[in-house]
Amino acid sequence: MTPFSYHKPASLDEAVSLAGPSSRFIAGGTNLVDLMKENVERPEHLIDITGLALKAIEETPEGGVMIGALVSNADLAWHPLVEARYPLLAQAILAGASPQLRNMASTGGNLLQRTRCYYFYDTGTPCNKREPGSGCPARQGLNRMHAILGASDDCVATHPSDMCVALAALAAVVHVHGPAGARQIPFADFHRLPGDTPQRDNQLAQDELITGIELPAEPFAAHCRYIKVRDRASYAFALVSVAAALQIEKGVIREARLALGGVAHKPWRDPAVEALLQGKPASTELFTHAADALLQAAKPLAQNGFKVSLARNAIIRALSEACAADNSLGEMQ
Amino acid sequence: MTATPDQGALQRPLQMTINGEHKTLTVHPWTTLLDLLREQLDLAGTKKGCDHGQCGACTVLRDGKRINACLTLAVMCEGAELVTIEGLADGDRLHPMQQAFITQDAFQCGYCTPGQICSAVGLANEGRAHNRDDIRELMSGNLCRCGAYSNIVAAVEEALPLIKGARP
Repeated sequence: MTPFSYHKPASLDEAVSLAGPSSRFIAGGTNLVDLMKENVERPEHLIDITGLALKAIEETPEGGVMIGALVSNADLAWHPLVEARYPLLAQAILAGASPQLRNMASTGGNLLQRTRCYYFYDTGTPCNKREPGSGCPARQGLNRMHAILGASDDCVATHPSDMCVALAALAAVVHVHGPAGARQIPFADFHRLPGDTPQRDNQLAQDELITGIELPAEPFAAHCRYIKVRDRASYAFALVSVAAALQIEKGVIREARLALGGVAHKPWRDPAVEALLQGKPASTELFTHAADALLQAAKPLAQNGFKVSLARNAIIRALSEACAADNSLGEMQ
Repeated sequence: MTATPDQGALQRPLQMTINGEHKTLTVHPWTTLLDLLREQLDLAGTKKGCDHGQCGACTVLRDGKRINACLTLAVMCEGAELVTIEGLADGDRLHPMQQAFITQDAFQCGYCTPGQICSAVGLANEGRAHNRDDIRELMSGNLCRCGAYSNIVAAVEEALPLIKGARP
């Protein structure tokens, strides 16, 4: 690692005042320290935010839940409020990383983890995300793990998070704090597509800090399912993952949420496809129709064409199992 | 390019408890907990496998929770209570998880074993493993290249009832 100075601010404002182009915030460090070892990240100043009071999980006056940015992934997945009201989120978190990493990784940091594209990690190769303008070897190279939706000529990387796929489906709200004060970002707007600026993963400004994630009070607990397909049974990044959440009344879908992981630069949601599911009786035909509609725009690369059929099958299965689910956590993937 | 910082001036004081012993230390901010243990404190039982949080050989217990020491900056452990493989036994009496690994012959080369055992003690503290499938899933952060997995699962299963709710 390149030498850096270490700071541990005692307040949010102090933390934000220390931010700058050569600084990085650190909480769990599970991704940042790794990137620093690989020389992908070389901050001159590290700002340890673990002393800030952002560690609570609390009910909001509106009946939702507010998750402090420093809550660990493990504590979040196993919190009684999350297990009872947002089992989709618990399923997604427990499908990701390892128990050790989940004990370390923070909720806010999970949103900010970088792609696991091999070329992004390998400083011996070009990468537009790491070094804007240098090129994208993945487009013509090893791209089995890469995006099939929303990619650009400059970048075909995917967002690696499982948690974020569930947060997208649950329409979470990201609370951030910066020099100008606090603001809220709807989850769908938080991460961005690569376009010609793939170096920017999200809408967060350099001097802004995530303080919490708010889950709205929506009744998706009874019918939800997170399915993750990967190269081994556990502890691997998703080839494709699907978060499906439904509100069903007498066999008719009242509200539908569908988010995909492992297929794009951000958790992929298509409001038109969700609208297509709403107001219709749940059936395999309907789910198949939704899957085909969502994947219509898919543009697979040389090595990841299999992701299109994998995603299609995973969507149909996730929606079917969400439909059939009861109020329990269900079998973990 | 920026000037090379004065590395000595960047050192930080650090106080933590390691295996029950209070330590007052000085560390560079970029020293990982793993390197602190192995290089500065001669606690070489914690192993460096991949050094990237992928193999679990460096697993230790911080405040009773299992973590990867290789991805942990030592400077961020101020005030922590750390337990490594060297701190699990009570004198000459092995921790039940250590004893179970011997009874079940849960290793071959032994390199991953300290991490496996610390991880399994963390698993016991969590109280979420109720059957062999749970154990397999919740031990997936520890790789064993010898492939002793079936005996590792048996060892964890044997020790679990003996240490449930216990915190080392």
